[in-house]
Amino acid sequence: MTPLVEVSGLRVTATNDRGAETDIVRDIGFTVARGEVLALIGESGSGKTTIALSLLGYARRGCRIADGGIRVGGADVRALAPAELARLRGGQVAYVAQSAAAAFNPSQRLMDQVIEGVRMRGLMSRANAEAKARDLFRALALPEPDRIGARFPHQVSGGQLQRLMAAMALMTDPDLVVFDEPTTALDVTTQVEVLRAFREAVRERKTTAIYVSHDLAVVAQVADRIVVLRDGAIQEIGATAQILSGPADPYTQSLLAAHAPKPQPPAAPRDVAVAPLLEVRGLVAGYGATWQGRPAAPVLHDVDLEIRAGSALGVIGESGSGKSTLARVIAGLLPATSGMMRLDGERLAPALASRGREELRRIQIVFQAADTALNPAHSVERILSRPLAFYHGLSRSEQRRRVRRLLDLVRLPASLLDRLPTELSGGQKTRVNLARALAAEPALLLCDEVTASLDTVVGAAILDLLAELRSELGLALMFISHDLKTVRAVCDEVMVLYAGQVMERGTGQAVMQAPQHPYADLLAASVPELRPGWLDSIDETRLAEARSRFSFPGSPDLCAFISRCAARAPGLCDAAPPPIRRFAKGSDIRCHRTEQELVALQSKHGSVSAAILPLKRVVKRAL
Amino acid sequence: MSAAAPITAPRRRIPAAVQIGIALVLFWATLAAFGPYLAPYSAGYVVNAGPFAPMSTAYPLGTDYLGRDMLSRILHGARYTVGVALLATVLACLAGTTLGLLAAVRRGWIDALISRAADALISIPHLMFALVVVAAFGTSLPVLVLMAAVSYVPGSFRISRALALDINAMDFIQVARARGEGTAYILREEILPNMLFPVMTDLGLRFVFVVLLLSGLSFLGLGIQPPNADWGALVRENIVGIYEAAPAVVVPAVAIAILTIGITLLIDGLSGSNHEIVR
Amino acid sequence: MLMLGMILRRVCGGLLTLLVVSVVVFVGASILPGDATEAILGQSASPEAVAGLRQALGLDLPAPERYLRWLAGLLTGDPGISLINRMPIGQLIGPRLTNSLFLAALTAAVAVPLALLLGVTSAIWRGTAYDRVTNITAVSLVSVPEFLLATIGVILFAVQLRWASAMATPVVDSLGGALRTLALPVLTLSFGIMAQMVRMTRAALLGVLDSSYIEMARLKGVRPARLVLRHALPNAAGPIANAVALNLSSLLGGVIIVEVIFSYPGLAKLAVDAVETRDMPLVQACAMIFCAAFMILVLAADLCSILSNPRLRVR
Repeated sequence: MTPLVEVSGLRVTATNDRGAETDIVRDIGFTVARGEVLALIGESGSGKTTIALSLLGYARRGCRIADGGIRVGGADVRALAPAELARLRGGQVAYVAQSAAAAFNPSQRLMDQVIEGVRMRGLMSRANAEAKARDLFRALALPEPDRIGARFPHQVSGGQLQRLMAAMALMTDPDLVVFDEPTTALDVTTQVEVLRAFREAVRERKTTAIYVSHDLAVVAQVADRIVVLRDGAIQEIGATAQILSGPADPYTQSLLAAHAPKPQPPAAPRDVAVAPLLEVRGLVAGYGATWQGRPAAPVLHDVDLEIRAGSALGVIGESGSGKSTLARVIAGLLPATSGMMRLDGERLAPALASRGREELRRIQIVFQAADTALNPAHSVERILSRPLAFYHGLSRSEQRRRVRRLLDLVRLPASLLDRLPTELSGGQKTRVNLARALAAEPALLLCDEVTASLDTVVGAAILDLLAELRSELGLALMFISHDLKTVRAVCDEVMVLYAGQVMERGTGQAVMQAPQHPYADLLAASVPELRPGWLDSIDETRLAEARSRFSFPGSPDLCAFISRCAARAPGLCDAAPPPIRRFAKGSDIRCHRTEQELVALQSKHGSVSAAILPLKRVVKRAL
Repeated sequence: MSAAAPITAPRRRIPAAVQIGIALVLFWATLAAFGPYLAPYSAGYVVNAGPFAPMSTAYPLGTDYLGRDMLSRILHGARYTVGVALLATVLACLAGTTLGLLAAVRRGWIDALISRAADALISIPHLMFALVVVAAFGTSLPVLVLMAAVSYVPGSFRISRALALDINAMDFIQVARARGEGTAYILREEILPNMLFPVMTDLGLRFVFVVLLLSGLSFLGLGIQPPNADWGALVRENIVGIYEAAPAVVVPAVAIAILTIGITLLIDGLSGSNHEIVR
Repeated sequence: MLMLGMILRRVCGGLLTLLVVSVVVFVGASILPGDATEAILGQSASPEAVAGLRQALGLDLPAPERYLRWLAGLLTGDPGISLINRMPIGQLIGPRLTNSLFLAALTAAVAVPLALLLGVTSAIWRGTAYDRVTNITAVSLVSVPEFLLATIGVILFAVQLRWASAMATPVVDSLGGALRTLALPVLTLSFGIMAQMVRMTRAALLGVLDSSYIEMARLKGVRPARLVLRHALPNAAGPIANAVALNLSSLLGGVIIVEVIFSYPGLAKLAVDAVETRDMPLVQACAMIFCAAFMILVLAADLCSILSNPRLRVR
């Protein structure tokens, strides 16, 4: 049987500002059989989206499909007339965009957009089309399938929009669906249920699909075969199992290596006698006017934490959890409404203005977006010199020497000194960003999602650098991330934040051990694993939790996770503030459920837990 | 790092765009300053070609209603057209930018007060504002300069404030604040350098509008008064020549158009064609 | 509800601004050295006559009271008495305002559809020669003084070709007559406001055409005509309406020059004459009408933006 999709010798070019044409992908060839799911995997700039779009005969502004053959279901896509191409798009080949929030027309109701394809082509009556759409909504596990179509895009959550977009793509029963990073913009707990819904819909319909992603673990769950891309060229093509177990190409190997679980840094011994470097008690912070001791829009609620000298605390949470706000509050950029902070036993004023220069020097913050954290008008040298002059009062010549040493420290060549930030790569910017903080010779570094915008391999290098700096300089870290894996790799202690509440806090090992706080449990279970079949192993309880949305519990003292929690105890959780208990495994948990109850509840879906737990954990629990 | 590492001189970065802009402004400023010395005749000298003479080699731009050489009239008028407008524009942008920075960094009631005042001032059409001011204070040069400056302060203020607010929200400002830098340093070293280009292009556009405003006022006879004349006034005093299609009517207006179109096209080219031009 | 609140806030803000403007106009016109009596009676008038006139005009009252009286008069349609010809200002302004509104409406009727057409087409055919020519023409026209357009128009069409009249009147007896007397002023005004409208319409539509949901619609197989009409224009309608309203307000400046050039008996011409004769009450009244008109247009622009935002329309 001939394959549904045949691509050969594909070359797409882009024209730059000066009018010169350069290849963005070249010599691309692959086939997709009917009913097969093929993944295109690569980092930013690998050309994966460009290739995916070319299957619809489309190239973005300034780009051009220059060479090669693209055949879908026997049709030569490049030879199609505009009218035929329009029939192909959304007809035989459908597209699911990365950011559904941006890809839905804000001024039209969702139903109108979902059925536009079939209506435009005159394939169905309006009533039939809507009925079919509702069936698809149901199949994709969308809430209120009969009514959700009447809403506008801004009234629906990101995960739901992504599923609505899949429904839109499936309306015309296309031969091929192109998924372009459909879960990248989502939080992990949302990603897991969206992925599940996609996979089931694709499987049921035996849809042929091309799945574009940068995440090997996600791809492992959905794809039959994988194409590994780098800088616009194919590195390797193979069956999923083969790529995961025995990659031939060195680049694929490095991708896999970046995924491999890192040995957890040993927890620094807890010396109770020595005061922690940073101690935070009962921190409340937010935005807007303060009224009755609470901010109008509270973000952090009653946060306690300790960071000992030289240790690393990982703060993990999804978007909106308040993790970045926590860093801003500790840095003094957003004065806390109430609560107490001590640095080395000395009381730390909430507002910047009332802190001494020495206090400011000892806490340095490294922002997430290196793009906006570096002044575009200042050269690298100027950026790094300023803290040297400001905190240490160094002379010009001293500054020059130290700036070079700093660059050395973050493994950057001195030739970058005169560069402006716009002339640096993402990884270089992050390093300069780090070096500026190090110039102050701080005791505590607040790192806010420093690797979030970087490619896996570049990000892994930054994490290695951080680990080295920690041991070389004896730095303490507060490492903020949405990525559990990253946090586990860097930190000896972990804190799980949900909607501004600390749900669980303890050593990295303890937090990962059962019984976990129900939210920590969901979070850990939602992180995709490289093992194929992981997605199927997630049980319904967790999917239900993943699917439900946060809603305000009624009082900021109550547990914020209540609306999603499968372990909630009605009459208790919605009535009283949860206590914080120290569990035997060594972590503090904010939950009404006792250790025994949580053990019992979590072992109910224990078969699942056991499957997703690293073997070490299972063994430990068995002992 | 080895000591033999090549030493590169720190590059002074003035965008080419700004350089061209500065060059252009200097050109017109020179014309304004030295125009009278370049003119073949004095402003009041009546040549013997009669009134409303057509263009000729002797009088390349013809003569005016009294028979004076138009080229000389134009060169003498440059001072009033370019000079006065430039002065007013620079004043407006200095004041507007200062107020904008102040409002953006201080926020609170200062911001509210200045913004409200700017809202009020901006809702008086410029020419109407000019008419009221002229009616009240007459048409002396200081009044004209101040009036033009004041009426364009709100626009400059709004743009600077918006720019400063945008930049102020960037992470590198947060970094500077967290470092403990004072407001003066943040304004001078972190915010201002990033505003320079947009403020310069804004200054250019505003200059164009001030030229149009002042020459429009002169055209109405309510601007610079005889015996001095800017290009707008030249159009007015020669308006009867319109029935003879005399160059004296069109030439000063074209001179204004060359000045303003040149600057607008330059700015348009520099900043991309998608920005708004709002007077 | 949120939207209603926003609209109310804008309207109140507008009224407040207008109040501040009235103070500015009043103060600006009242700090005259000397006062109106001098302007009327001349410097050689007897002290008794001056005192009598001052009382008659209410000039002996303290400034705040005079302001309040003036404001109350404005609101009740009685902005006082002209100093020069002693006629009630309301009577002077009435017919002139109608004439000016007629000219403005005619200009809008010509300029707006044309500008929208040019703006939308140049956005659709972005990057083509047509787009570039339209853009450069628009940029140039923005920076050309109205009197250049007007004088060239007069020389060309009134003096050389004798198609049109160099004087404009609001009297319309026939289509030909209307064309002869009104075509030039209307076209001059139109050029000035169209230029910016075209650019802003183009920019607004391009902003939408560059968005992901337009790309998505394309990838759904939506054809170009439907793409623009169904997907792009509804989303650009708000910004475009905003641009139209905002640019109509620049008409208020242009109309002053044009009415003077063509000796058109409108409000702006009246205002300029009043400035020349220093008839301050008349200047004040004209200024307030202009500011109010300006405010209405800016408010309309704001409302278009608010009303067209689905996030505010549907909660």
